[in-house]
Amino acid sequence: MKRVDAKRYELNVQLAQMLKGGVIMDVTTVEQAKIAEEAGAVAVMALERVPADIRRDGGVARMSDPSMIAAIKQAVTIPVMAKARIGHFVEAQVLEALKIDYIDESEVLTPADEECHIDKTRFAIPFVCGARNLGEALRRVAEGAAMIRTKGEAGTGNVVEAVRHMRTMNREIRQLAAMPLEEVTGFAKTNGIPYELALRVKELGRLPVVNFAAGGIATPADAALMMQLGCDGIFVGSGVFKSATPALRARAIVKATAFFNDPAKVLEASLGLGEAMHGLEIGSIPKEQLLAGRGW
Amino acid sequence: MSSQNGRTAPAADTTLGVLDLQGGVCEHLDHLRRLGIDARAVKQPGDFGGLAGLILPGGESTCLARLLKIFGLEELIVARFRQGMKLWGTCAGAILLAGSLTGEAPHLGLIDIEVERNSFGSQLDSFTCEASVPQVSPDPVPLTFIRAPKIVRTGTGVAVLLRIGDFIAAAESSAVLVTVFHPELTPSLAFHRYFARKCGLAPRGEETALDHSWETTSWTRLARIV
Repeated sequence: MKRVDAKRYELNVQLAQMLKGGVIMDVTTVEQAKIAEEAGAVAVMALERVPADIRRDGGVARMSDPSMIAAIKQAVTIPVMAKARIGHFVEAQVLEALKIDYIDESEVLTPADEECHIDKTRFAIPFVCGARNLGEALRRVAEGAAMIRTKGEAGTGNVVEAVRHMRTMNREIRQLAAMPLEEVTGFAKTNGIPYELALRVKELGRLPVVNFAAGGIATPADAALMMQLGCDGIFVGSGVFKSATPALRARAIVKATAFFNDPAKVLEASLGLGEAMHGLEIGSIPKEQLLAGRGW
Repeated sequence: MSSQNGRTAPAADTTLGVLDLQGGVCEHLDHLRRLGIDARAVKQPGDFGGLAGLILPGGESTCLARLLKIFGLEELIVARFRQGMKLWGTCAGAILLAGSLTGEAPHLGLIDIEVERNSFGSQLDSFTCEASVPQVSPDPVPLTFIRAPKIVRTGTGVAVLLRIGDFIAAAESSAVLVTVFHPELTPSLAFHRYFARKCGLAPRGEETALDHSWETTSWTRLARIV
């Protein structure tokens, strides 16, 4: 497979730009996909089990059954994303052949390669990848990711890790922007940042691609928090369909994301939603079961 | 804002707004500012005052339609439109403005066109090309189609600006412009200049084919962390 041209990559980054300010929701059935679309989701992530269930069930989590993804693609008009395992470039080839809109090379699935991520420059289909810090985000961009998201800690309903990852990225971007040019080489070396991209971020004062929040977002206030921290949009995994009132909560998170700077509207969105998904304290999860540490 | 009893008429509206609910907002603002146009994001009912025109940007039309409805902005846009505010819908924005949508109920219905959503397929079918649009620019205009809809029919009072193969890519009525592609994602300012003039404004600068200072990351200047 040869590398795709710069124009195709540009188009893929631009599709992500059109998702800004929106919410992308994990769905496991056609019915859920329709609820998400009706609620105003800008895209759906089709997968067999939401992260909370993957976490509970254990075992190896792989790419979802393509026939299930195809059924969801058939059922909605908004973009459809699906997950491939880190480094599993053949799962990615299968998803590209299925003609979905975006691939998430995701730590939520069991990694297929502990050394290499997918060489995303060889695909015409766009990729979104998770990151905990600026170096990780820019390594993925260097590999061809057209969109970045925080890793957070998926399936916990606990936003603390997503906040940590976003604050870390912002801090590193601010440092880079403020430092004299001669310090950039060392900063790039220490943080594993491709030098050219470090210069780009220094100049732009942000990532060169869209950056969404993901991992642990469970309430309208969580979504607005991540937006106020500077994210361009929101992924909600287990937070919608593991709650007491999925359709209501889905709409509420869409509202709060659009009006993240307006406390009265976030309040309005937060009323009468019933119980949020059960949350997990990160410290109570055995180290080997943490998902954010997968990939590098 | 209407003048009464022969008093001095209020100054003409000179600002363009970009509907800021979801989607490509900074991209349009960046293009308008390159033309020296006073432009701002429009989100709350109070933001709609003094607008000569409003751009409904690309994004997801189902999401935009839902947010317009729940926050009562639909009525507001229609009311301001009736008072003379011009409208331009790009991609999803064109879907929101269409009088009819193939197989589904329309939203704002302010221009007599029929639009078919997601006409090209998935993101793998998104594409760029170039075309001549004589009314808008003397030079060929670069066009970017992202999961684009097609205009399949135009009705009374609507002129076709660009036809490509079996579909219409740009059209206008006296008060509404629709494009199924994204001029804000290209170095061409031609459509923004055209819309500004349609709104009675005087965009600055020469009628150059492309703005060579524009880059694909130009939008990020309006979305900086630092």
